[in-house]
Amino acid sequence: MVSEIIEGLIEALKLIFSGDPTIVEITTRSILISGTATFLSALWGVPIGMILGLKKFRGKTVLKSLFNALLGIPTVALGLILYLFFSRSGPLGFLQILYTPVGIVIGQAILITPITVSFVTSAIESVDPEIRDLARTLGASETQASVAVLGESSSGFLLAIIASFNRAIAELGIALMIGGNIRGITRVLTTTIALETTRGEVVLAIALAIILLVIVSVVSLSINLIQRRKA
Amino acid sequence: MKKNTMIWASIVIIAIVISILATAYYTGAFTSKRSKLVISTTTSLFDTGLLDEIEDRFEAKYPFDLYFISVGTGLAIQHAKRGDADMLLVHDPRAESTFLADGYGLCRKIIAYNFYVIVGPEDDPVGIKNLPPLEALTMIVEAGRNGEAKWVSRGDGSGTHSKEKSLWAMAGFDSNVLRDEGWYIEAGTSMGGTLGIANNYSAYTLTDLGTYLAYYNYGVPTPGKISLIVLVDQGQELLNVYSAIAVNPSVYEGLNFDGAITFIKFLISDEGQSVIEEYGKEDYGQSLFLPAVELLKENTDPTLVSLIKDYAYIDGEECPPEYQNGHPELYS
Repeated sequence: MVSEIIEGLIEALKLIFSGDPTIVEITTRSILISGTATFLSALWGVPIGMILGLKKFRGKTVLKSLFNALLGIPTVALGLILYLFFSRSGPLGFLQILYTPVGIVIGQAILITPITVSFVTSAIESVDPEIRDLARTLGASETQASVAVLGESSSGFLLAIIASFNRAIAELGIALMIGGNIRGITRVLTTTIALETTRGEVVLAIALAIILLVIVSVVSLSINLIQRRKA
Repeated sequence: MKKNTMIWASIVIIAIVISILATAYYTGAFTSKRSKLVISTTTSLFDTGLLDEIEDRFEAKYPFDLYFISVGTGLAIQHAKRGDADMLLVHDPRAESTFLADGYGLCRKIIAYNFYVIVGPEDDPVGIKNLPPLEALTMIVEAGRNGEAKWVSRGDGSGTHSKEKSLWAMAGFDSNVLRDEGWYIEAGTSMGGTLGIANNYSAYTLTDLGTYLAYYNYGVPTPGKISLIVLVDQGQELLNVYSAIAVNPSVYEGLNFDGAITFIKFLISDEGQSVIEEYGKEDYGQSLFLPAVELLKENTDPTLVSLIKDYAYIDGEECPPEYQNGHPELYS
């Protein structure tokens, strides 16, 4: 049995290195969709995280716990909710984004927002409070002190974005339910892996799984390298 | 601090580049003059690859982009009722009849047929090989209750699941009772997934022939493939009929009814029918789906035709006139 798995792996690697146009197309689409989703989520997630990390206000703990709880939202559950909203008979049906890449982008952006927010918040909170105090004693204003704190936590921001991207590109539920796995339009790495497995075409599924793992690993590795250089 | 600025600047630049690229890519996809035709389809037509082949042929000739959403017949009908599909490809005559009667469907057309098969482990512990289907099912129930066999049910409201339930009823069993028994495993997944589970448990199951052939390992152990063999494939009860139905455009605004009619006409054209007939011959040595249009029109095989009529006609017709919606040419 093990030899069959190894054979499958070898076939898959051959397929990857043959530069198969379908594989290239699906991989590019996955990166574009999840990259855009990450960008959107950073656009609103980073400011929210910064406010939660720097400011003190009523309800802050509740808000933080809410984002922490949403970290683990099952993608099929979110996919179903979004489907009902985007469906032609649903409240946002007029937007006509069901079964489009835009639909997946929005869905994934919502999915990963809690990750961006929570990582940014905890990165800021983990900065030694003495830095803020030090900045203040050196004559910095409140804003300048905040900037100093943000500077110290910048690698945490990067981690937030990388973690968000990895979650987005590896999720299946939203891509399948909102995208519909349409050939040439919304077919991404995870939906193709699911489809090809259903079709009994395991070699292609393995090949795509390898690509997915490589993307996620490379992205994670590069963040580690950046962090190390900084230290 | 300077290094931080560099990192930040590079992140922002990368993000902007990605979003610009992505936007350009999407707008490219959306400025297409071709109109979009969303088709919710049963998994068997899609997972076997038949629809990919049909899509290539159709899109080369007509200005429509086909969006196939592959789900079970049950869910496909739900999609259509919510206005999320322009047409359906399904195989559950009773559910189709209700769909038409509820006012959601128009211009139903039978496009293909084949036969379900009962598959099981190679050593066939119950000994059902070549028995009539209902007798085979009865023996599986008896053996199951004695702990000598297992059955895997789709359990997902698909057309195949619906067929399975009606077969149990014809054999004198209530599937609602069976599902509570230990030997009866409810999968709740696609046909491929169900075959995998049945293979793992050395169990029996009902499957469409197309998905089975795509999954069978032909005696060579292969990851992801199965070693179950076909045990029962003869019997009129196993008939499986596929239909195309357009969604009624008056139910939701913006449905692509013209596209649906164009696609249905293509499916029943000589070209469409021959794609269906030829598909799978090269890979599996046999057709996975058999064309139904000429058979029904010319009555070339009266026994088979009357079987299809009994099983899949609605009030004695392929599509009763009140649902033909000004397209009688589909039925002449």
